[in-house]
Amino acid sequence: MRAGLAGWAFAAPALLIIGVFFFVPVLGAFAVSLTDFDLYALADLHNLRFVGLGNYLELLHSRDFWRALGNTCYFVIAGVPLSIAASLGAALLINSRLTRLPALFRTVFFAPVVATLVAVALVWRYLLHTRYGLINWALGGLGLHPIDWLGDPHWALPAIILFAVWKNFGYNMIIFVAALQSIPADLYEAAHLDGANGWQTFRRVTLPLLRPTMLLVGVLTVAGYFQLFAEPYVMTEGGPLQSTTSVLYLMYEQGFKWWNLGLASAIAFLLFLIMLAVTALELRFSRQRESA
Amino acid sequence: MRAPLARTLIHLALVALAVVTLLPLVWMLSVSFMPQGEASAFPPPFLPHHPTAANYRLLFAADGAGRYLANSLWLAVLTTLCSLVFNSLAGFAFAKLRFAGREALLRTLLAALVIPSQVAMMPLFLMMKWLGFVNSYAGVVLPAAAGIFGVFLVRQYALSIPDELLEAARIDGAGELRIFVRIVLPVLRPILVTLAVLTFLGSWNDFLWPLIVLTDQSMYTLPVALATLSREHAQDNELMMAGAVLTVLPVLLLFLALQRYYIRGILIGSVKG
Amino acid sequence: MGREGEVIAKLLPQFQRLHPDIEVRVQQLPWNTAHQKLLTAFAGGATPDLCQLGNSWIPEFAALEALEPLETSVAGSSVVQSADYFPGIWQTNVVEGRLYGVPWYVDTRLLFYRRDLLAQAGFSSPPRTWNEWRQMLAAIKARVGPDRYSVLLPLNEFEPLLVLALQQPEPLLRDGGRFGNFESSGFHRALEFYTEAFTNGWAPPVENTQVPNAWEELGRGYYSFYISGPWSIGEFKRRLPPEQQASWMTAPMPGPDGPGASLAGGSSLVMFRRSHHKPEAWLLLEFLSSPATQRRFYALTGDLPPRRSTWEAPELADNVYARAFREQLEQVKPAPRVPQLERIVTEMRLVAERVVHGDLSIDQGTIELDRTVDAVLAKRRWMLAREAPR
Repeated sequence: MRAGLAGWAFAAPALLIIGVFFFVPVLGAFAVSLTDFDLYALADLHNLRFVGLGNYLELLHSRDFWRALGNTCYFVIAGVPLSIAASLGAALLINSRLTRLPALFRTVFFAPVVATLVAVALVWRYLLHTRYGLINWALGGLGLHPIDWLGDPHWALPAIILFAVWKNFGYNMIIFVAALQSIPADLYEAAHLDGANGWQTFRRVTLPLLRPTMLLVGVLTVAGYFQLFAEPYVMTEGGPLQSTTSVLYLMYEQGFKWWNLGLASAIAFLLFLIMLAVTALELRFSRQRESA
Repeated sequence: MRAPLARTLIHLALVALAVVTLLPLVWMLSVSFMPQGEASAFPPPFLPHHPTAANYRLLFAADGAGRYLANSLWLAVLTTLCSLVFNSLAGFAFAKLRFAGREALLRTLLAALVIPSQVAMMPLFLMMKWLGFVNSYAGVVLPAAAGIFGVFLVRQYALSIPDELLEAARIDGAGELRIFVRIVLPVLRPILVTLAVLTFLGSWNDFLWPLIVLTDQSMYTLPVALATLSREHAQDNELMMAGAVLTVLPVLLLFLALQRYYIRGILIGSVKG
Repeated sequence: MGREGEVIAKLLPQFQRLHPDIEVRVQQLPWNTAHQKLLTAFAGGATPDLCQLGNSWIPEFAALEALEPLETSVAGSSVVQSADYFPGIWQTNVVEGRLYGVPWYVDTRLLFYRRDLLAQAGFSSPPRTWNEWRQMLAAIKARVGPDRYSVLLPLNEFEPLLVLALQQPEPLLRDGGRFGNFESSGFHRALEFYTEAFTNGWAPPVENTQVPNAWEELGRGYYSFYISGPWSIGEFKRRLPPEQQASWMTAPMPGPDGPGASLAGGSSLVMFRRSHHKPEAWLLLEFLSSPATQRRFYALTGDLPPRRSTWEAPELADNVYARAFREQLEQVKPAPRVPQLERIVTEMRLVAERVVHGDLSIDQGTIELDRTVDAVLAKRRWMLAREAPR
């Protein structure tokens, strides 16, 4: 059938590229994760050994992996709610009937999203400097003790969380604004007539209608935050004391600093499995809440 | 709450948030015009005493920023062009052309969106080595020349093309390619602009893959050069800020000009099937 | 890499005059990503023709069979004469009897210190033993108070601890580099001293990225001792104001019981096996190794030459700061020469950081370090066992 052939012909180039440059490497990564591919093997393939699930077992017993996973989870658990709250807050502010120049503010809030991550991470690295940074100077102005943001293992990850929220809140804000605008105005009118104040309206009308959007935003943000890498790479090199080493950063170190490609691929797949599980949990949790 | 009070509070909050949002960017710009060493002082200076363009001159003269800028630009343009061609063809096919396995294939692609791209990076690097594309534009452009998200974006938009329009053209004897170029592309124009903006921004800001596949410094893009130089020149804040401005300014300007399309892309992309 | 990468452009015009038909393109790499980048280049089949390589990396790249053996070229050369080189340094380029590089400059670490601050604390000469050094560190700290320090030991650099460890009689790895030897009393002592510096407040618990400009900070008196290499001579001369030039000086490393050893470091010039321009690369290598070019190179970088003949030149013989280096170079030890060295010293640094931070006791730290290093060396043991019946 002509249309059928045309369909394949049109889709083929994209499918070829996606297949060759994405699916094949992914399968390859899985294969490599079952071996102890390293520098020696790079020099001579005869030095390769098949280890089956050995890499995975080694990771599950590895302090470094659990620490990286812990850091990543900390980042997700603390960062996602903060980010969503900031996005929702900004969206509510912009969407309010009383706001003038909403488009201007929307542009301003979205600017960090577009700005290149490496560049702004660098800027923040200087802002967070213990002695010469603006943030500690502001803290000092408020009468607070300066914090060794990037040097103190307890504060490094919070610093990165702060940065990530700043960088990303505009993105979800857009989604929230669109969702808010799709709430029919007469619902608000009805609530107003019933004598509900702002907060009650928010809880009873806005929030429930936002639930699907919240789920969407939640899933997207969680998935994105699990892939934390560039910030530790630029700002802290995984330190101090490996407190900002995320799972992907660990993968990068193992894979591209030490060339333990087998182990690094296993890390990537483990991360993927964990993300899959978390997403599934999120979806099931939300379905249960809806039916409740 | 009374309206005027509410209005004041809301605007106060908005302005405060705007200040917090813009402060790092403005500071970045300000420091880039400071002479070397001025920013490492306490209390940290906010504005330069004697603004100077020395850092920018140094970037272009000694550090080859012109080269990096050119690389970033070229790569972004090439990637965008490829992306437009391949993704539009495939997106349209998935929306309007019936072929065997279309729906199953689409579902597989969407499911694959969950896989983080970093999983593929190391074998992809080895594959590039085998193909001889390490340290070349091809190595950076090819993996991004088509993508699941791009195909999906076009597909969603193309679903709205009236079938009758296409049928009528077919009855008139036009070939599929002709239909695509003459009828479909013009209709797709808004989403193509969105795709172009998203791809350009994505390519310009891309960091990890170019870092891995480009081994020659003369091939570096701005983000890669910035990341590499920042680790070496930990002491030259002002120079690094100039580099940061150079990296961020083009995309900010592009965004300001075309934000409508960018935002639409986000909205379509997130309201997934 | 580093400063050498910046400076080589100035040496090339003369080479071009001698060989107008050879075109040389220089690629600079920052030191902290150089190791990674070179491995990536090797994996990607994109290695350069001629390369500067830290001599501690030579065993690794030799194990990868990435480097071109150079004995024949050296034997046939009138410029590169092995007898003229410091033997210990020349040996760092030999792996299993084959020569893989020609030393370009030597490097070691020793003390840069503020004479005036030391004098104010009551000491007229630099420390020769660890105990003397302890006294000085404590005295200076007592004078400067809680916000300033006596010595800079960046937590993300492994070299200071490595130097202390090399000063011990016990080696860092045992059994032919098959297992870690970090539970030895020698390494214990080194780690104890290192940790002491932090718990007593002599050293700030920071990484080198948090010290925007290490040379200027010494000038500002943020600390009085700084462990660094020959390049810092030039940096101090450039960055400190003229009135401060008389206040700083170099001194050899103090050891546990007397003047101590330091790292046998430095860079070599190596050629990669996959190069298509080996004869031309060799010509450039010869040019860079000639005593005349080495003198110019020294003048530009302050990097110390590996050839005795170059040391006799007046600019070196009369350099007061270089004297400490000449003395130190008589007492240098190489780091363990295994391909996994980079990994091992990183693990050492990570454990040290945790000990300094109080997460581990010194005993726990050494046990864990041995465990980790043994695991890192597992593949090496397997490879060695495989090659054994020969």
